Amino acid sequence: MEIIVIIIVLLMIISAVAASIFKDLMNAVIASCIVSLIAAILFFLLHAPDVAMAEAAIGAALVTGVFVIAVKKTKRFEE
Amino acid sequence: MRKLTAVILLMIIAAGTAYVLAEIPFGSTQTKIGDYFNKNGVEETGAVNIVTSVVVNYRGLDTLGEITVLLTAAIGLGMVLDSSGKRKDVVKREPASLIVYTGCRFLFPVIMLTGFYIFIHGHLTPGGGFQGGAIAASGFLLMYLGCSGKRINTRVSTVTEVLGGIIFIGIGLAGLILGHDFLFNFLPKGEPNTLFSSGIIPLIYVAVGFKVGSELAGIIDNLMETGE
Repeated sequence: MEIIVIIIVLLMIISAVAASIFKDLMNAVIASCIVSLIAAILFFLLHAPDVAMAEAAIGAALVTGVFVIAVKKTKRFEE
Repeated sequence: MRKLTAVILLMIIAAGTAYVLAEIPFGSTQTKIGDYFNKNGVEETGAVNIVTSVVVNYRGLDTLGEITVLLTAAIGLGMVLDSSGKRKDVVKREPASLIVYTGCRFLFPVIMLTGFYIFIHGHLTPGGGFQGGAIAASGFLLMYLGCSGKRINTRVSTVTEVLGGIIFIGIGLAGLILGHDFLFNFLPKGEPNTLFSSGIIPLIYVAVGFKVGSELAGIIDNLMETGE
């Protein structure tokens, strides 16, 4: 159990750093979506299903959608 | 030099946070109020889901404030992105492929049903108005991304939103009219663990669910329909 939590927290940190490094903004959006998704899993493991549901619905789905729309309407690559 | 300063500052913040949090055992109950809610929550409110009983009953006024914040954000976004005057220069999007189109058409009712289930059963199972509303709005987002050309009816979504807010405040005022406090739970609490229990909590959560769902769908509509 402990090992699973450590692995997914490491994954979360890696994708958070990746989101700030990527020059392709669409990849960065997906990386930040992974951060939210792992946060939702962690909330669920901590017995907070209400917060996990809110994080998965808002953080992983809606915010990603809004960012995808924003990237599509502006520029895809960072200079 | 600037990067070095930033790294040093970040390390100081990390060390401070670790120092403060090291004393607190992770996941333990530190306050007495949590124990109180766990012990008396079901009896006092009739809602089996303690989180819901706290959000809608013990701090119902704060929830009203939360949905007001969301309403203000939606209004602000609508004002910034207002494109009603220049709708014609919206670029024609390419139609999605048949597989994506069919998949979206198939998934949309399932997602809506999940959202509705979550906010109708907010007092029994995890989740509630905010979560269910957000899930329903993500169904609309899928519709916008996958089935280009389809739009929600803005008038219907506005009416739904307004009705949700009016029902919430009306239930709160009904408590005042009956001689109790604002948002007093005046309906019979019923048997715990059944759908029709815990008085006004399911009614408020259904209103909040419709309000949040139509608000977020309106935000997505505003974003999608703005030109480049």
